Amino acid sequence: MALELSEIDDLLRRAKSGDRRSLSRLMTEISESKTIPEFHSKSIWTLGVTGPPGSGKSTLIGRLTKYWSDMGESVAVLALDPTSPVSGGSFLADRIRMEGIDMGENVFVRSIASGNSPGGISPRIWPMCHALSLCGWSRIIVETVGTGQSEFRIAALAERLLLVDGPDRGDIIQAEKAGILELADIIAVNKSDLPGASLAAQSIRTSLNLSDDDSREVLLVSALGGTGIETLASKIESCEPQRGRNELIMRELLISEWDSILLSHPEIDDVIQKLCDNSITIVEAIKSLRTSIQNGG
Amino acid sequence: MRVVIAKPGLDGHDRGAKVIARALRDGGHDVIYTGLRKTPSDIVRIVNDEDAEVLGLSTLSGAHDSLIPKICDGLRDGKLGGVIVFAGGIIPDRDLELLYNSGVRAVFGPGTPTSDVLGFLEEAMQRKQNNDPIGVGDDLGWHWN
Repeated sequence: MALELSEIDDLLRRAKSGDRRSLSRLMTEISESKTIPEFHSKSIWTLGVTGPPGSGKSTLIGRLTKYWSDMGESVAVLALDPTSPVSGGSFLADRIRMEGIDMGENVFVRSIASGNSPGGISPRIWPMCHALSLCGWSRIIVETVGTGQSEFRIAALAERLLLVDGPDRGDIIQAEKAGILELADIIAVNKSDLPGASLAAQSIRTSLNLSDDDSREVLLVSALGGTGIETLASKIESCEPQRGRNELIMRELLISEWDSILLSHPEIDDVIQKLCDNSITIVEAIKSLRTSIQNGG
Repeated sequence: MRVVIAKPGLDGHDRGAKVIARALRDGGHDVIYTGLRKTPSDIVRIVNDEDAEVLGLSTLSGAHDSLIPKICDGLRDGKLGGVIVFAGGIIPDRDLELLYNSGVRAVFGPGTPTSDVLGFLEEAMQRKQNNDPIGVGDDLGWHWN
């Protein structure tokens, strides 16, 4: 049952005072409520982590989480996994890989199925991050599977973006195609204990060097062995959000909000059916949906 | 429903837990699997942080009689009395009463068809909607088996 916005404010107040139950309820409400609540935290700190499946994102996040929580930071992780298009269910298993996350009160991990929010999860992630920040979480990490355009857009909602690749995948080419490589602030080649990792890092460096003013580093890490984690964490710490990042975030927010309005529009199924029947054209469909949105539909 | 599947204690066998997780996903639920060797307080925190409605506990080590009541107590103490708890694994008949008295609502042994577990969740959901006792903090009495 979705709550009224005033009740969401109430949850936020209790969560701020340290009530973990309320914090958890608040996350659910933000992801499921019909109206997306707006929060704003001035001191927000977010890191997006993306990369191909199997590159070791979750294991690496587990390491970073442990590192930061040992340093006295409070770390919140939002881990996104896809919803099955067949059953509508999901298997959210990022926690298994995140060793060291079940360590106590200063680590909060929420697994999120991408498909359970009206109009998609993307527009919900940013308010969730702000709410966490308002509640005092000083390191907020958003993990997404970097396989598709929409997942990549979720990662782009964070202020800094870490791209993780494996030693032998060549999937970085996919990242390049999707425009993720250009956006990444830091690139880590994981599984440095395996042969091929240095070569993979070198080929990414070569690719970056194609533009003259690109000074981004490609780091070698092993999430399994724990090597390179400290260097990675300090690079992330010292990484100032790029100029233009805020514009990008706002752009992504606008697009995802727009998508959300469209996807939760009451007439969308009708319009799709009409398109299938060839009784209207795409242009007419857009025109009709726009008119109805303008009229408050 | 949001379901946490957890492995309390020291046993390292999670084939059963994974089969259940898969079956529940295919039944349209969101399943969060904790991984191996979680303490009762880990599990209570995970259920809270994930805002789960259901907790499934799988144990094969024989420690169910001490771990599961501890977890149920932890849930009640943590304002999580509405969470529906079921258990599975190697649990002798003589211990069933103890688990039911702790607030566990179903126990599934080896060979249980996965449709049984889905059936339990369906009925549990129904009971929740009707405000019938079903959570770990609600009145005891009803259980599935």
